[in-house]
Amino acid sequence: MLQLIANGLVTGSVYAIAAVGVSLVYGILRLVNFAYGDLMAFGALITFGVNGPLHQSMLLAVAAGMAATAALSVALDLVLWKPLRARRAGFMSLFLASIGLALVLRQLLLFVAGSGPKSYRIDPYRVFVLSSVRLSEAQVITIATAAGTIVAVGLFLAVTTTGRVLRAMADDRALAAVAGIDVARATRIAWIISGLLAGLAGVLAATVEYSFDPNFGFQLLLPVFAAVVLGGIGSAYGALAGGLALGLAQEVSTWSGFAGGVNPVYKPVVAFAVLAVALLIRPQGLFGRARLA
Amino acid sequence: MNVLASGGFWAFVAVVAGIYTILALGLQVQFGFAGLLNFGQVGFMAIGAYTMAILVVKEGWSTWLAAPLGIAAAAAAGLLVGLPALRLRADYFAIVTIAFSEIVRYVATNETALTGGSQGTIALGPIGTATQYNGQWSRFQAQVQHSLGFSSSDATMLVIVWGVAVVLLALTWLVLRTPWGRVLRAIRDDEDAAASLGKNVFAYKLQALALGAALAGVAGLFYAWQFSFFSPDDFQPLLTFFAWMILLLGGLGRVWAVPVGSLVFGFIFAGTRFLDFAPFTWFGSDERAYLRLIIIGLIIVLLVMLRPQGLLGNRREMVLE
Repeated sequence: MLQLIANGLVTGSVYAIAAVGVSLVYGILRLVNFAYGDLMAFGALITFGVNGPLHQSMLLAVAAGMAATAALSVALDLVLWKPLRARRAGFMSLFLASIGLALVLRQLLLFVAGSGPKSYRIDPYRVFVLSSVRLSEAQVITIATAAGTIVAVGLFLAVTTTGRVLRAMADDRALAAVAGIDVARATRIAWIISGLLAGLAGVLAATVEYSFDPNFGFQLLLPVFAAVVLGGIGSAYGALAGGLALGLAQEVSTWSGFAGGVNPVYKPVVAFAVLAVALLIRPQGLFGRARLA
Repeated sequence: MNVLASGGFWAFVAVVAGIYTILALGLQVQFGFAGLLNFGQVGFMAIGAYTMAILVVKEGWSTWLAAPLGIAAAAAAGLLVGLPALRLRADYFAIVTIAFSEIVRYVATNETALTGGSQGTIALGPIGTATQYNGQWSRFQAQVQHSLGFSSSDATMLVIVWGVAVVLLALTWLVLRTPWGRVLRAIRDDEDAAASLGKNVFAYKLQALALGAALAGVAGLFYAWQFSFFSPDDFQPLLTFFAWMILLLGGLGRVWAVPVGSLVFGFIFAGTRFLDFAPFTWFGSDERAYLRLIIIGLIIVLLVMLRPQGLLGNRREMVLE
């Protein structure tokens, strides 16, 4: 049971990081980014490229992967999202465009990197034992990194001026613009942070699963979306809570003391069952607003 | 012989385009007329196909009884998904419907005893017996072929699929001209105004969702009959996105735009299979498969950016917002 909770925290913290990235951009641009999973895969692959063929340290590789994902996010904003905003495109256009983008990105990654499984140069057999809980090195690193990131993002949003600007814009974009906030700059910052988080979440997910391929981003996307919706779209704190809750629910549901446990193949289904029940009780999500502003 | 010049190949492309027409027609009812963002259309299609196949193989039902039940099961699934999900905001609804279609696929992959699992319908029956759910259909198709005097079964399927598609298009066109259809469009354009006139918005949306799901179920049946075997992997979310692209290509809010979009899509999709000239010949077949989907994705993005009402869409009535 403790082991399952520990596993759940690992999965949940990956979801939480990615969910915050999706949520930040949604809050500011009203864009449900369907290409986010493939951005995660992009970050994971760049990291693999720097770590594997280029033989650099994992730390440097992760930094490169995150930076590249952030750069790609900003570039995509310039060529795709900014023109669509200029046309006052609504939710539907943005969502469909992101689906098209997701297709292009994923196939490009497959085109360049091939569909074979890839692994980082990490020793998978080092295990930390903490009383009855056994965690691999990758899992320990993931929990530690994720905890640090979650605290950092939370603090950033709560106390820094930029963080407050982002939250103000999520609250009411027009009002924030009237109040003299540089909307273009804040948008850029949101994309950069969202891209950094996508890269990081991608690398962590790839590390935990040990091996990955360019398709894995899409498989992660739906639980991440579920976490975002559970927390209430656009609420960054909600996304954090939603991610952790879903990760825990997925792992703990397989506990044999719980009516024999759910077959592990149904973990993604568990995430959506939790989501469905939560939405029945609270249709706007845990921290969401009832209506679109 | 060059495959491009073979009638059989193009008949196949047109059959698939007919199936896509029925699938996308469901989306047109749901989005083009009721404004619902259903991104789980492929899930309803899978339910239609699997219900029919399972009833025929496991329960020994006649195809002609099992097929309407497959459609009914798809419509019922639409009601079941809609009851909780239609109370959500539009963006939540879109995500929940994708999730639904993925759950259907997970269940079909893992409940081997019910669906044959990841091996698909070949494993529906007891081990060692290749099972058939389309025997009765094949005989029916042969009869039609005989009475039409056709020599190719592809051409026969073409006539059947497009015959059904045209009937369904006409029926949908008629239904949307009834008072019921007018209320749907009123809800799409201004939900609050329709509600203030005493219309039960929720019930109308639920009916539109179920009707679109039933059409997806019909598409699932033809999919099952066209390919004598199918597996859960045939019902990836990608298929839903193809249907959305057809809707966008054709145009929103017009029933007759759906077959046009479907044919254009079919020929783009089939056509990109023959990128057998430089620079495409520099790549292997895997890479070319990736390139095809890159092109499809780019077309979706460009359509959204440049022509949000679709090729034949009615700009005054409905623009993608």
